[in-house]
Amino acid sequence: MTTTKNIVRVTNVTKTFQLGKIAVHALKGVDLEIPTGQYVSIMGPSGSGKSTLFNMIGGLDKPTSGKVYIDEVDVSQLDAYELAWLRCRKIGYIFQTFNIIQVMTALENVTLPMTFAGMHNDEAIEKGMDLLDLVGLGDRFQHKPFELSGGQQQRVAIARALANDPAIILADEPTGNLDLNTGEEIISLLQNLSHERNVTVISATHDIKMLNVSDLVVWIRDGRIDKTESRDELTISIGRIDARSA
Amino acid sequence: MQDSVGPTNAEMSDPGISRQVVLPLRKSVEIAYNSIRVRFFRSLITTMSLVLAVSFLSFVNVSTDVANGLLATGDPELRQALVRAGYDLKPEDRRADSSPKQRWIVLLSLLVCAVGIVNAQLMAVTERFREIGTMKCLGALDRFVLRLFLLEAGMQGLVGAAAGAVGGAFFALMNGVFFFGRQAVVLVPVGDLLMSLSTATAAGCLLSLIGVSYPAWVAARMQPVEAMRVEQ
Repeated sequence: MTTTKNIVRVTNVTKTFQLGKIAVHALKGVDLEIPTGQYVSIMGPSGSGKSTLFNMIGGLDKPTSGKVYIDEVDVSQLDAYELAWLRCRKIGYIFQTFNIIQVMTALENVTLPMTFAGMHNDEAIEKGMDLLDLVGLGDRFQHKPFELSGGQQQRVAIARALANDPAIILADEPTGNLDLNTGEEIISLLQNLSHERNVTVISATHDIKMLNVSDLVVWIRDGRIDKTESRDELTISIGRIDARSA
Repeated sequence: MQDSVGPTNAEMSDPGISRQVVLPLRKSVEIAYNSIRVRFFRSLITTMSLVLAVSFLSFVNVSTDVANGLLATGDPELRQALVRAGYDLKPEDRRADSSPKQRWIVLLSLLVCAVGIVNAQLMAVTERFREIGTMKCLGALDRFVLRLFLLEAGMQGLVGAAAGAVGGAFFALMNGVFFFGRQAVVLVPVGDLLMSLSTATAAGCLLSLIGVSYPAWVAARMQPVEAMRVEQ
């Protein structure tokens, strides 16, 4: 099922921000390969360069040096149209603050990316309803965001992220504004989607709950990759944490 | 399996498809309209200064029309009434054109209004940073955002300016009735009245579009990464 192809390839990426006269090195040479269809968590403390790397992978920011390839396309070579195309078709974004467009209903939120992609209106509505069914909100398609709970808004956001069948879903702290149970529901929903649809899910997170479902965990510290662990290695280390806390 | 996940590289490099990020005009109008409807009171405040300035412009012009209508009768009594009402008429004048002072005041009020619109729209853009950023993450191009803001301002401008023009004309006619009796309304040249109304409406629309152009440009150039910001 899963091809061995890497959907994201980051080679020797550095990023320097100029804050007044001080140059801040947010990333100091990062190499990373993310295989298609995996559930990847990027973990790290605030200020570690986690968000910078994450934005880079999402085509939201360009590296100072080095290359970021999304599906073997060098992101820095793309013009504004191609970047918009990439964001529209290839990547689905999920935000910590949900970012449902307040003036639109749940269904309109989900169909908006399809409109951008040039899909016919009826077709978009049909697909939007299917996606809302998929995330368990089929009966709430006409609700405005303020009539939905946080967890429901995040479900709408997930449906919206899936609108154009993206290859990658980027989730920035998707459980950051949710309580424990709702957060777990969202995580398992993401995990199921990742497996069923062969979508690569990349999430930046502090949330330890995320580790259980991740195929790959990338630890960032001080602008470098500290270690990457696959799921097998991870179970052991979590077992150790449990053992220690028991 | 891979094919169903997304378009392939070949599609990406094909210019025909890579350019296919669209927002049909009908859909933009729908989004802009809904955006105004949902934020009705916010839009009302943005439009209010425009309504007032346009109604002033319309009031001045229609008052002149009323005076012209009265003058055209050639009745010396009405002429006297006009002079008593403050019209600066020389014996040879056949028309009562607005004075340079009036024109200056109207111009100033329109200028103040334009600044007010820029201010209100900049505020609206700041309030909607996250929404704009999110749209850009979903694949919106700069010009989609620009178009949405221009459409919104255009609609607000049209409705606000039309309301202001009609309101100003109404008060000018009432004013005429108060000073000169019912004949003020009866004698108004309809062509001139319509001309004044449409000039005021057009000026209002233009003003609204000029006022929104800088805020819309700011909004359009916003980076999608802004949507990721956690602070409100």
